Parts: sequence; structure tokens; C-alpha cells
Amino acid sequence: MKIPLLMQLLEARLVCGDAENHRIIEHAFASDLMSDVLTLDACSPLLITGLSNVQTIRTAEMADIHTVLLARGKKATPEMIALAHQNDMVMLETPYSIFKTSGILYQHGVKPVY
Amino acid sequence: MTFTYEIEGGNFSRAGTASSDIKKALKQLDLDYTIIKRVVVSLYEAEVNIVAHARRGTLTADIDPDRIVMVLDDQGPGIPDIDAAMTAGFSTASSRVREMGFGAGMGLPNIKKNADSLNIQSTVGVGTRLEIVVNF
Ligand SMILES: Nc1ncnc2c1ncn2[C@@H]1O[C@H](COP(=O)(O)OP(=O)(O)O)[C@@H](O)[C@H]1O
Ligand SMILES: [Mg+2]
Repeated sequence: MKIPLLMQLLEARLVCGDAENHRIIEHAFASDLMSDVLTLDACSPLLITGLSNVQTIRTAEMADIHTVLLARGKKATPEMIALAHQNDMVMLETPYSIFKTSGILYQHGVKPVY
Repeated sequence: MTFTYEIEGGNFSRAGTASSDIKKALKQLDLDYTIIKRVVVSLYEAEVNIVAHARRGTLTADIDPDRIVMVLDDQGPGIPDIDAAMTAGFSTASSRVREMGFGAGMGLPNIKKNADSLNIQSTVGVGTRLEIVVNF
């Protein structure tokens, strides 16, 4: 799925990165637990999370994740945006819950990591 | 190549900066992507452990042609029962640590999974020393 379609489906707002030229989303993983994210084997999924702090972006960096979606109305801080920018990430915010977000993406063919 | 960093306990806004730096250095070398990920994931969990559980620490990473040796030495409470600490789900983390997305007791088991060797020495009331080796 391309980022502009994802934004449309989830009423998502782009807070960092280039939506038009970003990689296509094939897999997604939802968690508020960063230690969970760090157990994933390599496949660079979209990270759907309600955890909004700088460790969210650090974890994405370490896990080779390039796309972060903050769900349930969580807002990115300037510190997070700066770090996401440094790492060429796309970061988005959606008002939808993690369940609704995941359901919509799954319905549109985004695959689970496991 | 040797890298040394000071890590400050409790400072979550800086947690991961050392691991990030080492990741950048490793990317300059002609290494397999899965090797780099195993190094940085284990290093980051170990770095976060110092921030989460100790007062301060030092991280030294030695990059050789055939392996990386990472030593994380901290001054802190130490680990009374290392076998218990290595068990998935065991955690003494504070609510502040959990708010940062850690503290589920998955760090040490994940370091063990990603490392070719993990050695932990700890003295209660003094500190903890982790040696993590990943072969290239
Ligand atoms: N550097 C350290 N200093 C003191 N205790 C530690 C340290 N690292 C780990 N521990 C202890 O081991 C437990 C398990 O660590 P870990 O598996 O990383 O889980 P978590 O950090 O999420 O609690 C911690 O909760 C803590 O009690
Ligand atoms: Mg930990």
C-alpha cells in the first residue's frame, strides 16, 4: 500500500517524510511495547503504535523500520520528528484506534509480520 | 576500531544514542544486514538496561575484522539472580521505564538470542558487566 492511500483510509496526517516517494507498505506490526518490536526478524514493517516518545523512533531506527504510524490520536513531539527526519522515516498520526487501524489495513491487503 | 560512550542512568531522551552511532559505523563496513541488526538490537537493549536500571555506565565496542565485542559496565544495583533475570517476563522495571515501551522482561532474553556469546557478571550494590560478542 502506498502512503497516500493509507492516509486517506485512516484520515492520517503526515508529520514527517515524503509520502509520495516512500516505500510501499507490505507488512505491519502493532505494539506499544518496544521490546516486542525489537524481536522482529528483518522485514521492515509499518509500525502501528500508541507509544509516542523518542524511544519509539529510536526503536524503529534499530529495528530498520522506516514508517511509523501513531494511532489513537497520539501526537509526535518535535524531538521525535527531528529524529525521524534524520533517519529518513515517514511518520504519520491517525485518530483511529489500533484495532480499527489494523482492521482497515488488513482488509486492504497489508500483511501481518506473523 | 574502538568506540567508548558514557551512559547516564535515567536519561531516556538520550537512550540509544550510542547504539545509533555504532549502527552508523557498522553500515560503513561491508557487513550483512542481518548481522548489523543483531548487533544493534542487542546493544540497544543493553544500553536501555543501563538507563532503566543503573546509575551510570560505560559502553565499549571493539570492531575487529571478524567480530564485534561490546562491553557494558555499569554502576548500579546489580542483579541478585542472573538466571531469574534471564527468564522471559522477569522484570523489576519501574512504571517510568514501562511508559518508555520497555520493562516487559524481554531485553536480556533477546540479547541472548541475537548474540553469539553473552557473558553477565554482577555484584549486588556495585554494578553489572555485560560482554556481548557477535561474529561477522
Ligand atoms: N544493568 C542492569 N542493572 C541492574 N539490573 C538489571 C540490569 N539489566 C537487567 N537488570 C535486571 O534484569 C531484569 C530483566 O532485564 P530485561 O530482560 O532487560 O527486562 P526489563 O529491562 O524489561 O525489565 C530487569 O528488570 C532488572 O531487574
Ligand atoms: Mg531491559
